[in-house]
Amino acid sequence: MAIDVEINGKAFSIDADPNTPLLWVIREELALTGTKFGCGIGACGACSVHVDGEITRSCRIPVASVAGRKITTIEGIAAPNGALHPVQQAWIDAQVPQCGYCQSGQIMAAVALIKKTAQPTPADVDEAMTNICRCGTYPRIRRAVLVATAQAAGSGKGDS
Amino acid sequence: MGVKRRAFLIGGAALIGGGLFAVSWSERSATRRAAKLVAKDKAGVFQTWIRIAEDDTVTVFSPHVDFGQGSVTGLAQIAADELDADWLKVVVEAAPVNVAFANAPLAKGFAGEMLPFSVPPFLNGIVGSGFAMIARNLPLQVTGGSSTVRATGQMGMRVAGAAARSALIATAAKRFGVPEAELTSANSQVVHAKSGRALRYGELAAEAADMTLNGEPKFKDPKDYRLIGKSIPRLDIPGKVNGSAQYGMDVQLPHLRVATIMAAPVRGGKLVSVDPAPALEITGVEKVIELDNSVAVLAKGYWQALTGLRALSPQFSDGGHGSLSSNSIAAAQVAKIQTGKPNNKSGHGDVPAALAASGVRLIEAQYAVPFIHHAMMEPFALTAHFKDGKLELWGGVQDPLHSRKEAAEAANIGVDQVTFHPMMMGGAFGRRLPGYCEIIGQVVQIAKQTPYPVKLIWSREEEVKHGCYRPQASAHLKAALDKNGRIAGWTTDYAQSEDVTRETHFVYDVPAFALRHYEFSTNQHDGPWRSVNSNQNGFYSESFMDELAAAAGEDSYQFRRKHLHPGSRHLAVLDDVARRSGWGTPLPTGRGRGMALVESFNSIVAHVIEASVGDDGRPRAHKVWSSVDCGRVVNPDGAAAQVSGGIIMALSSCIDEAITLDQGAVVQSNFHDYRILKLAEAPDVAVHFLESIAPMGGLGEPGVPPTAPALANAIFAATGRRIRELPFRNQAKA
Repeated sequence: MAIDVEINGKAFSIDADPNTPLLWVIREELALTGTKFGCGIGACGACSVHVDGEITRSCRIPVASVAGRKITTIEGIAAPNGALHPVQQAWIDAQVPQCGYCQSGQIMAAVALIKKTAQPTPADVDEAMTNICRCGTYPRIRRAVLVATAQAAGSGKGDS
Repeated sequence: MGVKRRAFLIGGAALIGGGLFAVSWSERSATRRAAKLVAKDKAGVFQTWIRIAEDDTVTVFSPHVDFGQGSVTGLAQIAADELDADWLKVVVEAAPVNVAFANAPLAKGFAGEMLPFSVPPFLNGIVGSGFAMIARNLPLQVTGGSSTVRATGQMGMRVAGAAARSALIATAAKRFGVPEAELTSANSQVVHAKSGRALRYGELAAEAADMTLNGEPKFKDPKDYRLIGKSIPRLDIPGKVNGSAQYGMDVQLPHLRVATIMAAPVRGGKLVSVDPAPALEITGVEKVIELDNSVAVLAKGYWQALTGLRALSPQFSDGGHGSLSSNSIAAAQVAKIQTGKPNNKSGHGDVPAALAASGVRLIEAQYAVPFIHHAMMEPFALTAHFKDGKLELWGGVQDPLHSRKEAAEAANIGVDQVTFHPMMMGGAFGRRLPGYCEIIGQVVQIAKQTPYPVKLIWSREEEVKHGCYRPQASAHLKAALDKNGRIAGWTTDYAQSEDVTRETHFVYDVPAFALRHYEFSTNQHDGPWRSVNSNQNGFYSESFMDELAAAAGEDSYQFRRKHLHPGSRHLAVLDDVARRSGWGTPLPTGRGRGMALVESFNSIVAHVIEASVGDDGRPRAHKVWSSVDCGRVVNPDGAAAQVSGGIIMALSSCIDEAITLDQGAVVQSNFHDYRILKLAEAPDVAVHFLESIAPMGGLGEPGVPPTAPALANAIFAATGRRIRELPFRNQAKA
């Protein structure tokens, strides 16, 4: 059974077991590997994507449930001309990533947060940013969200 | 740095260019050149890891693999600074997985640090016959022990950059017909100011590369550094914000198959039997593969493989470990310390006399730490393809060169028949060191059973249940305080698998000290976890130091000061963190400050943590100040990130993390029952470096050990409750 979805603005007809988690369709069928597998139970957030703009952990939702919906992955948040999303740029300015594996998901969570709340408070950030980072980049993530929302300058990293 | 360039190539990139480059200082004649260089320095300090192309592009080949430390950028900074290269034309590539790129400076670094005849514990897995092998330039591309910048950088890249620069100057002198002394170098050019002439490095490189390089070149005066000491943005970060960075998990190949695996729940157990039928009924499943201690399912994709694996009901034996539990281990460790004989002793002074002296007060305490898991965010994933007797592998490991050897042994073919493509790693922290990557043997066995390339992915559950954990350990500490409240003698008796003598630096000045190891093994394959054994030893020593201060009725800071040499680096670090954190100034009700000072990996680190305890007993670190003396700092921003990250990871581990055993098997299975600290509970961290001229110390690990004791001490300051077992969780509940 083919499932129609729109991913990063392109239409795809997916031929997969409808129970397959969206994550594995994105990674293995569509070869968009920026969305990561971390836990498979929706606990770590490495697989975060947007489904109709809502932050969603793609390892926990069957592909059939997103039929006809618009999905955005980390590969799809830059402008069509290639200009980075302000959150991506803030991530560079604050030199956030270490190993980087969780950062696609962190960035997707931050983009979704800012879309809803243009000027998030520290409490908003605490509540929205629940993805796990094992390298311990949280202070810089917090900093970068403030940088992306023009609540802080790019210099100073939150730990130095 | 607005320049768009692909400055960091690992994974999927051609590792060595073909005809693009005029010169390949390392690769074109690696063997011949390596021989020449070794003749200059018998210890093999020198490897040239620099290639200069006609268009001036400088490629620095890193024998290390970066899993987020930023140290590969640091290596390039060091090489480029000594080379006087234009930073915008510098790129980094992973060194080919070939013995010509084995890392002799790293071996030498450990030689200086660990002599005599000791192997750093995180290398145990690869060094069967002891330290001499390393000193003889064991094929080594390992990344661990916080060694990248301090060993490879200082002893390798610095020499390589300076030697290359001197060869370029010599070549230019010949072309211009002028003395070398009249030439200067800057921004990838050699300049003859007198005549106004200049030559680009790219114009000189081909000829310069044929010179015999000087193994003892003149180094820059540190005051002339342009890159070393600067917070240059990391080269690998742009690819990590747009999803393009390629990790082992991301390998894609034509006809790629995916496998996933389940090993015996009790380590040491074997696969007894499995009926493959339920898995084979799943669409996309191609094969059920029985291995010695595990069963794997091969399929078209991961979800199909996992669904197939979960449909199976394999029977495993328990290897005779079915009665083991965390509690039984803890009890046996305590008993061993009480009644057994130590396997090793070190220290100084007459400890029995000091403890038995008249008028002293004896203080004793029992500490315990659990197994903890690395929890790298990227579960193990390794791809292998057997074809025509040759084996190709793609993946992220901390020592690709050694992993290649392990793969050859598992496949029973020559090393030359194996190609290893290093990929980025989504965390490692010791988990991907050689000897701990069981996935290598597994994927090789699976690859033998399919004509297609196969990516073996460990589920998170497999990852949690089959870790190479920081060992569970117990310790009994005892000290005597003299009439003046000074420590007269101190013993640490500890039970765990590994002897930690070589790693442990007791920083205080006490007349008598003894460290005694009681060897205690379990069925687990204990492994090095970020900061290795300094982790638990830091917790014991620095918690106990606080207990002694309290017993002496003294302030923790002043008590520590009394036991440090005036003018020492340790005292300077401690004073710095006390001053910056406002030690001794009033705090809001319910808050307390704790401090700890630990030296590890040649760096001296002190933290002060300000913390409180919730009504539920859970500690909360509000702010961490860290002062660090690691010698010279190559990239201050990257260095701060390493220390800060180490602190957060350590907070996570000491507040929440424990792997426990029940009936020999690991109880936890995923992040719902192996909790990792999240952003909402992560404190602000302020890191300050006290630069010194001391030999360069590591940075990836030394931030970890002082964290748990500083928090324990803060909990004590806030509540009066002393917690001696990790993790803290809700133990501080009133």
